[in-house]
Amino acid sequence: MFALKRNNNKIKERTASDILVTIVTYTFCIVFAIMCVYPFYYVIIYSISDPKLTAAGIYLWPKGFNVTVYRQLFTQYDIGNSFIVSVARTAAGTALSVLCTAFLAFLMTRREMLYRKFIYRLIIVTMYVSGGLIPGYLTIKAYNLLDTFWVYIIPGAISAYNMILIKTFIEQLPESLEESAMLEGAGIKDLFFQIVMPLSKPIIATVAVYDAVGHWNSWTDNFFYVGKTSLQTLQLVLYNYLNNASHVAKMLQRYGDISGLRESMGETVVTADSIKMAAIVVTVFPILFVYPFAQKYFTKGIMMGAVKG
Amino acid sequence: MTTVEKTPKKKMNARKLRGVKYMLMAMPFVIFIIAFKYVPLFGWWYAFTDFKMGIPLFEQEFVGLANFEKVFGGREIGRVLRNTFVMSGLGILTSPFPIIFAIMLNEIKGKGTRKIIQTVTTLPNFISWIVVFGIAFTFFSSRGLVNQVLKALNLPYSSMGLMGDIDATWIFQCLLGHWKGMGWGAIIYLAAITGIDTELYDAAQVDGANRLQRIWHITVPGVLPTYSVLLLLDISSFLSNGFEKYYVFWNSLVSDKIEVLDYYIYKLGFGSGQYDYSIAAGISKTVVSLVLLTIANMASKKIRGVSLI
Repeated sequence: MFALKRNNNKIKERTASDILVTIVTYTFCIVFAIMCVYPFYYVIIYSISDPKLTAAGIYLWPKGFNVTVYRQLFTQYDIGNSFIVSVARTAAGTALSVLCTAFLAFLMTRREMLYRKFIYRLIIVTMYVSGGLIPGYLTIKAYNLLDTFWVYIIPGAISAYNMILIKTFIEQLPESLEESAMLEGAGIKDLFFQIVMPLSKPIIATVAVYDAVGHWNSWTDNFFYVGKTSLQTLQLVLYNYLNNASHVAKMLQRYGDISGLRESMGETVVTADSIKMAAIVVTVFPILFVYPFAQKYFTKGIMMGAVKG
Repeated sequence: MTTVEKTPKKKMNARKLRGVKYMLMAMPFVIFIIAFKYVPLFGWWYAFTDFKMGIPLFEQEFVGLANFEKVFGGREIGRVLRNTFVMSGLGILTSPFPIIFAIMLNEIKGKGTRKIIQTVTTLPNFISWIVVFGIAFTFFSSRGLVNQVLKALNLPYSSMGLMGDIDATWIFQCLLGHWKGMGWGAIIYLAAITGIDTELYDAAQVDGANRLQRIWHITVPGVLPTYSVLLLLDISSFLSNGFEKYYVFWNSLVSDKIEVLDYYIYKLGFGSGQYDYSIAAGISKTVVSLVLLTIANMASKKIRGVSLI
């Protein structure tokens, strides 16, 4: 009843400025939302359009329909292999990092630990002081990690920031649970895997998604540390496609005669632009797929980080 | 504490034993952190030497602060620092953008609409700078969509495209940052707005305040504490614009205005192999950043009674 009355009042009391606020708000939000969606939509419709028709311009709908470019990307270009590398590093890197960081965070909640404060500080300092680009490179080189797959997953195995998030979460868990488990003779590993991990699911999920997106989007480690083509990640391959017109031209040339043959047989050729667009789609697609589900965890994570700050 | 005193000696020993055990379990992680985060710091020594490839670290010729003098006396540093200050300054100047967006989102009454807009506008946060570059290229290059449309409508257009337009570089980079981060940045302010007591709004309404007045006198003060923390963090990372964005958007037409400190450190190191200069520049950046962080932390403690680190 009360709520209803209040609503009525609201409508009655609307002034010109209130209406203006509504108009400005909706206009801005909708325009910005379109600005965020349309570029992705455009890239997708461009990539599935018939390359022969795209030169005239594409705006709202795809022209024709052709997915030859995707088939070619995965079979003839270096995208196929780099896609596998990216998936592998994301899966392995996320698993390793979540496990190590969570276990370390759990250890840091054990008040009995000898030198706990010192170890904790040792970890936190790394958030603010790092050797920098060249010293980091020289270290990786000294460890013989250059040009290996390991360089993608090992250096990031522990994240100080994520460790704080997980530690804060574990500290909020009821202590009685752990105590009774300890009394029943559970070892520290049982405690971690059977009690703390299952209870910490929300924060573990948050950190895992953070890590996975980070791994998928990471390219500087590839750029600085790995030159081998067989170990290239999707992001860097995309960058080469985008920035190096000659790279794509070479690819086109290499397969050009085959395409020419195909065209005479009634199949469409791909163009440099359609290759670029399709490569962007392939690079973004897994994220498009994951992020709406992950969003609620992300929001939680950012809030916990803020509570710390 | 009292429980510890009362426990029998045997139990005390068990506790101590566990403390040692936990420390030993943390050891592999500590060694890992030392190996990957602290060992690189030895590389700082190169900044004080005349670096020659192939000579071991401590056998390099010691030259004192000569590299620092050269870095700060060089003709490029002025331009690099200008670009860094302009980009960070613009960032701080426009840092209320996510607040404005959050307030607008909050004014949207339809829950479904708000959710859609929020989901959609966080998407750009999840993609890499390489993908952002690919999309920007599609739209803003000389023959990108924007120029196509301008041409078709007989409107004036820049033949270079925005990405090659040196007069637009700073603003363009700043706005790109907001396109990518505004939706995401708004989340934390939305949470702050949700935390505001709704009775304040009701009371203001009874007092005859219109929507704009309610926003200005209730919502804005409600998000200010959150803003002050984030602003201080921005200030403490004033010199860290990041490398990725500026590397992918770099081209010879705009190099004069896009080379920021992080890019410059890369350019000195990997670009021209002057490891000693690059590390000297990196050390200087770290030292100044630590000073800024300390000041920001003190300010935060004084203003809000909350420590940043």
